[in-house]
Amino acid sequence: MNVLIYVFLAIGATFNGLGAVALLRFPDVYTRLHGATKCTTFGSIFSILAVVIYGFAKGGGEGGTLAVHALIALVFLLLTNPTGSHALARGAHRGGIRPFRAVVDRLEERK
Amino acid sequence: MCKAAEWALTAAFSLAIYLLLVLWTGSFGLWSPAEFIAGLVLAALAGLVAGRLLWERGGFRMLQPHRWLLFLFYILGPFFWAMAKANLDVAYRVITGRIRPGIVRFNPGLQTDLGRTLLANSITLTPGTLTVDVDDATGDFYVHWINVTAEDPKPEQVCGAFPTWARRIAE
Repeated sequence: MNVLIYVFLAIGATFNGLGAVALLRFPDVYTRLHGATKCTTFGSIFSILAVVIYGFAKGGGEGGTLAVHALIALVFLLLTNPTGSHALARGAHRGGIRPFRAVVDRLEERK
Repeated sequence: MCKAAEWALTAAFSLAIYLLLVLWTGSFGLWSPAEFIAGLVLAALAGLVAGRLLWERGGFRMLQPHRWLLFLFYILGPFFWAMAKANLDVAYRVITGRIRPGIVRFNPGLQTDLGRTLLANSITLTPGTLTVDVDDATGDFYVHWINVTAEDPKPEQVCGAFPTWARRIAE
């Protein structure tokens, strides 16, 4: 059980770290959104799963509450994350920020 | 669907979620009386505000239980697998910096708001693709793609089997 928790925490930390690196490496707002919202979501899923397993392993009222709360947090993370990043991207494009080094921009052609 | 039914369904859903969130708060069964009354008032308000929007175009299809099972299976199976693969791909691009970004357009042919929302959220949650805009009239998706392989792609090239699943679940 402990091994599983450590493996999940390691995967979570790796992908969250990659998300942070992506923020520094990528050139513009859209590509940074890829790193900052997607990699960190995947990382957070595994971090939260580690908490859930820890909660169930601990057992009892306290552990169960911890696990259920973590699961609810996961559900809302999965619901709000795409909505938020979509709003950021659409706002940026409407505000006139063009994708950097883009090979094609169909949304620009529509206007 | 008539207005009263829309309102009642939305209120019932809000109340159920609220009661789940405040479980084990008191002596009135599982809930304290104050929480219960607050929940009733909030659910009635939520029904008034969101009832029309929620069921406007095809949302009532999700009342069929087999669609919930399909949705759960989709999230845990094909979607999670695609997400894991795409994450490794983006991790590779973060480290090497080999990107070819662009906004592409494709039409998955989905008719309902629910199906489009499901597909747009799936696309956005998958690393490497990000829905920037959806044309309400034609159903065109404008997707920011981190590694453009075709300037006029088919839906399968951008997001694999997601449109098929969105149609199966929501239409």
